Amino acid sequence: MSLRVLGAATLIAVGLLGDVASAVALSDAAGRYAISNNGSSIRFAIGKIGGGGLAGAFGQFKGTIRIDGGDIARSKVDITIFPDSVGTGQGRIDAFLKSDAVFDVANSRQITFRSTSVQRTGDNSAIITGQLTARGHTNTEKFTAELQGLKGGQIRFRVSGQVFRSRYQMDVGTPIYSNIVAFDMEFSGRRG
Amino acid sequence: MLCNTTTRYGWAAIILHWLIGLIFIGQFLLGWTMVRIASQRTSFELIQLHKSFGFLLLGLVLIRIGWRLGNLSPELPEEVGPVERRAAPAVHLGLYAAQLVVPLSGWVLVSVSVLEIPSVPFNLFVMPHLPLQVSEAAENFWIFGHKWLAYAGIALVVLHILAAFRHHFWLRDVVLVRMISPFFANRSRKPE
Repeated sequence: MSLRVLGAATLIAVGLLGDVASAVALSDAAGRYAISNNGSSIRFAIGKIGGGGLAGAFGQFKGTIRIDGGDIARSKVDITIFPDSVGTGQGRIDAFLKSDAVFDVANSRQITFRSTSVQRTGDNSAIITGQLTARGHTNTEKFTAELQGLKGGQIRFRVSGQVFRSRYQMDVGTPIYSNIVAFDMEFSGRRG
Repeated sequence: MLCNTTTRYGWAAIILHWLIGLIFIGQFLLGWTMVRIASQRTSFELIQLHKSFGFLLLGLVLIRIGWRLGNLSPELPEEVGPVERRAAPAVHLGLYAAQLVVPLSGWVLVSVSVLEIPSVPFNLFVMPHLPLQVSEAAENFWIFGHKWLAYAGIALVVLHILAAFRHHFWLRDVVLVRMISPFFANRSRKPE
């Protein structure tokens, strides 16, 4: 019985130590970071029936990441994407994506994400929940963020997640093209 | 009543004739509209509908050609002159060719398109692309080819309709009405 208690106490102690170590790392990362287009990317992919799919990226976006060292749950992420900068490598597809069929850039120039909560899931990872707004529709979405590096005031995150495009009146082409858009993003930010 | 005789069309030939005729004319109007409509979203959806009906048309035409080859063809009325006796089969042959070639050229077009959009007739199943080289040049060639084959096909349809009206209103024979019902084939339409 005493061995069990000892074992449990050891596990708790290790867990606490781990938490303390992580907390120190997060304290180091605490601060406000402006996302730079240089070194950052927002890529997306949509599967299509029969295999393959459509892949592209947004060339222009901006945002900030504010990491609260004391309470990670109070950290904030704001991203603004300019859909007019979408690129797939095929001009006709780009024009289609910018048209009223998808992004409707003539009437809706920005896509925004404002975080509402950050839930830590590991030493370097968290789930970011927030409000994604596109074409006048706002929905709650979740993304997984992973800290990739922190050096000399420069922070790097990899963020991924899936969004149902039908929620934003962008479901043209379903079911030929999947309703799910898979995002794979890398954000590089400088403290300040 | 299902099969043709030397004096009348059977129900199978009659139903196939009107169904294919309606789809062919509808496809021409749909094709003309879908590339001129301002909304990219509506245009995309109409193009997918056009593809669906194109594959349906192709299937029906193959059945119709098989039916025609395996059945008798009603003879023209005795009063029909030698010129029309030669022209009618030529126009019919041209119509069969158009019904076959126009949807086939559409299938070729979607197969060589650099957009590589899958064909999913009526969202029921994936119709594979033809094994052809995808290229911008091939796509442009087949856009041109499909369009002008459709114009040629609709010109033959107009000629066919005018000839049918001539028989009905001028010659007052049974050529048109026997394509409405097998029961009309023996009606006398001459003035008493």
